[in-house]
Amino acid sequence: MTALQRLFKFHGGVKPAYNKEASTGLPIAVAPTPTLLVIPLHQSIGGMPRPLVTAGERVLKGQRIGGADGNVSSAVHASTSGTVIAVEMRLMPHTSGLSALCVVIEPDGRDEWIQRQPFDFRSATPTQTRDYLRDAGVVGLGGAVFPTYLKLNPGKQGKLDTLVLNGAECEPFITCDDVLMRERAETILKGVAIMREMLRAGQVLIGIEDNKPEAIAAMEIAAQAANRAAGDSAIKVVSVPTRYPAGGAKQLIRVLTGIEVPHGKRSTDYGVQCFNVGTAHAIYEAIALGQPLISRIVTVAGNVGLARNYDALIGTPMRDLVALCGPLPDSDRVIMGGPMMGLLMPADSVPVVKATNCVLVGSKQLFPPPPPEMPCIRCGECAKACPAELQPFEMYWFSRAKIFGKAQEYNLFDCIECGCCAYVCPSHIPLVDYYRFAKSEIWARELEKEAADVARERYEFRLLREEREKQEKAAKLAAKTAAGREKAAAALAVVEKPATTPEEDAKKALIAAALERAKAQKELVHPGNVSDLTPEQQAEVAAIEARRAEIREMAKPHLRQDD
Amino acid sequence: MLEAILVMALGAVVLGAALGYAAVRFRVEGDPLVEKIDAILPQTQCGQCGFPGCKPYAQAIAKGEAEINQCPPGGDEGIHKLADLLGREFKSLSAEHGIEKPKSVAVIDEQSCIGCTLCIQACPVDAIVGAAKQMHTIVAPLCTGCELCLPPCPVDCISMQPLDESVETWKWKYPVFKINPAQQEEA
Ligand code: SF4
Ligand code: SF4
Ligand code: SF4
Ligand code: SF4
Repeated sequence: MTALQRLFKFHGGVKPAYNKEASTGLPIAVAPTPTLLVIPLHQSIGGMPRPLVTAGERVLKGQRIGGADGNVSSAVHASTSGTVIAVEMRLMPHTSGLSALCVVIEPDGRDEWIQRQPFDFRSATPTQTRDYLRDAGVVGLGGAVFPTYLKLNPGKQGKLDTLVLNGAECEPFITCDDVLMRERAETILKGVAIMREMLRAGQVLIGIEDNKPEAIAAMEIAAQAANRAAGDSAIKVVSVPTRYPAGGAKQLIRVLTGIEVPHGKRSTDYGVQCFNVGTAHAIYEAIALGQPLISRIVTVAGNVGLARNYDALIGTPMRDLVALCGPLPDSDRVIMGGPMMGLLMPADSVPVVKATNCVLVGSKQLFPPPPPEMPCIRCGECAKACPAELQPFEMYWFSRAKIFGKAQEYNLFDCIECGCCAYVCPSHIPLVDYYRFAKSEIWARELEKEAADVARERYEFRLLREEREKQEKAAKLAAKTAAGREKAAAALAVVEKPATTPEEDAKKALIAAALERAKAQKELVHPGNVSDLTPEQQAEVAAIEARRAEIREMAKPHLRQDD
Repeated sequence: MLEAILVMALGAVVLGAALGYAAVRFRVEGDPLVEKIDAILPQTQCGQCGFPGCKPYAQAIAKGEAEINQCPPGGDEGIHKLADLLGREFKSLSAEHGIEKPKSVAVIDEQSCIGCTLCIQACPVDAIVGAAKQMHTIVAPLCTGCELCLPPCPVDCISMQPLDESVETWKWKYPVFKINPAQQEEA
């Protein structure tokens, strides 16, 4: 079956030392539950989930502790039962060495599950199924951690030609997908069946690099069984040539289908969607078993005595996994991911997250510091190696000079940071570091610009509002005086006084009208305590009035002096 | 010869028509220079430049009535951009207008707020919500950090807090200055 598939080639690529054998010798082992689980709330691309628990609360295994927030977000769950001891900032598995909000759980050792129920996706609407998968925290396990429910949408046509399952796993040292396919091929294919139904996909192509014969054999058997059960031959396992980065989504799609997804387009526009094998397994667990994503397979390799794959709970400190493998004494760093695309961790205490496919222990001997950077000689080797068909040296030049607009014109954002260019560069330029720098600068500027645009708009709106309020006030005032003037004119007509100038007249009339109003008001407010008086009271009032008049007389000279 | 002249003349007519069309079709509304300058200014609307907002400052620059180095929130980078746009010489930030500070947002101490609404009236971007005699609060994502709400507050309950770097806003550093742990030890 594998021989029948016509294969295509992607541009560039390199063949680094693979170093995979060390960790495939032993089957997957379940990593012991640590004494403390630190579960970051933000583990997928998109919005940060809001915490749903507080310190002191008891949680069960699989209980949702972070709810998806916004259109692009994915829930997180307690990996075991226990007590939440804090919801606080903890060091993240991120090169920055910064902290983010985490739920810290002290396991109680009982490993008590929530009520698990399979989800009947056949009688649910597609939206309900997607919401369920969002709340089950299923994300892409290839490393990009994009929320899976967003990809399980067949798009405008309502169906998909090809569902590509990515088992290529091209990065050196990493074998978590390899062992998963060897040991859990059947459940992966059950996940594939669910995805196929949701996406209404025609064929399924499972791409695996030809350096994993055991995985290919296992998947082949499972695929045949699945095909027999479905009564067709839609699922094909395809062995693809081993060349880094064959596991890049665009590259694998290219190799399997010949489709070149151009800049700015999505693969669904061409009827193709690509998922990692681990993701298919997670979908199966979520839908068929009712188990949210709380653990994953992690390769522990590099500078260790016994490299191996562990089924580790999300939130397990990387240090614990490394300790299981016996790190060699000269180990000096922990990398999350492989040597080509991995990220240097700020400390080995950071937790395993959904993106952690590999914990790579490094040493100076294993990964010697790169020779000093030399000037670019524009040899073009990097362009030959670039699988995204970019011109790395141009992007490097403009990123280095901080001319970001130009770097973007050379499609900087199509760069998948695979590191092929830096790998072949004879001048040992850390090219990817420059691209990462340029990308994050551009993102930051983009955010700043957005904020500035909002501020400008709000400021202009405020000015507009103030202007409008002023006008409204003026209009009201004008209306009032106009009404007064009219009344005055009417009064004028009654009195029929000879006019001097019309303006003066109007003014006089206005004053007259005001006086009249005042008079009328005075009459209206009649002090209540001076009516119905007894003669004595009247006499008293008269006496008081007389005294007042006297005082007024006395005060007169002083007042005049003041004038 | 005649042919050549005709061809050239035709070319001129066609290109002229295309240019004329483009001039009508793609005409820019408003004063394009002011818009361009305003797009560079940070829109903090703080008035430190000596004008009542970014737009008036942009207008003053366009008219040649103001220097390009009067906007502290824009910092040196903003001045560089203005210098590039206007073909002027770069000047470092004028000290009398202030200094560039890290981006901050205002925070109201909600315990002390007496609900006087004075800060609402001062905020140029309506980033403060509250009503008379009610506690006020600042919508942090909208706050530009202009500090205009600080002086009017009668109980001094507003303070500026610098924005912390988070995993989302963290930036990769310029590679030349990167220090590898391994290299550091060797040095
Ligand atoms: S491989 Fe290195 S030296 Fe050659 S062109 Fe690319 S960046 Fe320059
Ligand atoms: S890191 Fe980017 S530029 Fe370099 S080879 Fe990979 S895709 Fe091309
Ligand atoms: S100083 Fe303030 S008001 Fe003036 S341009 Fe800069 S941000 Fe805008
Ligand atoms: S809240 Fe204060 S600092 Fe923030 S924009 Fe409004 S006035 Fe300026």
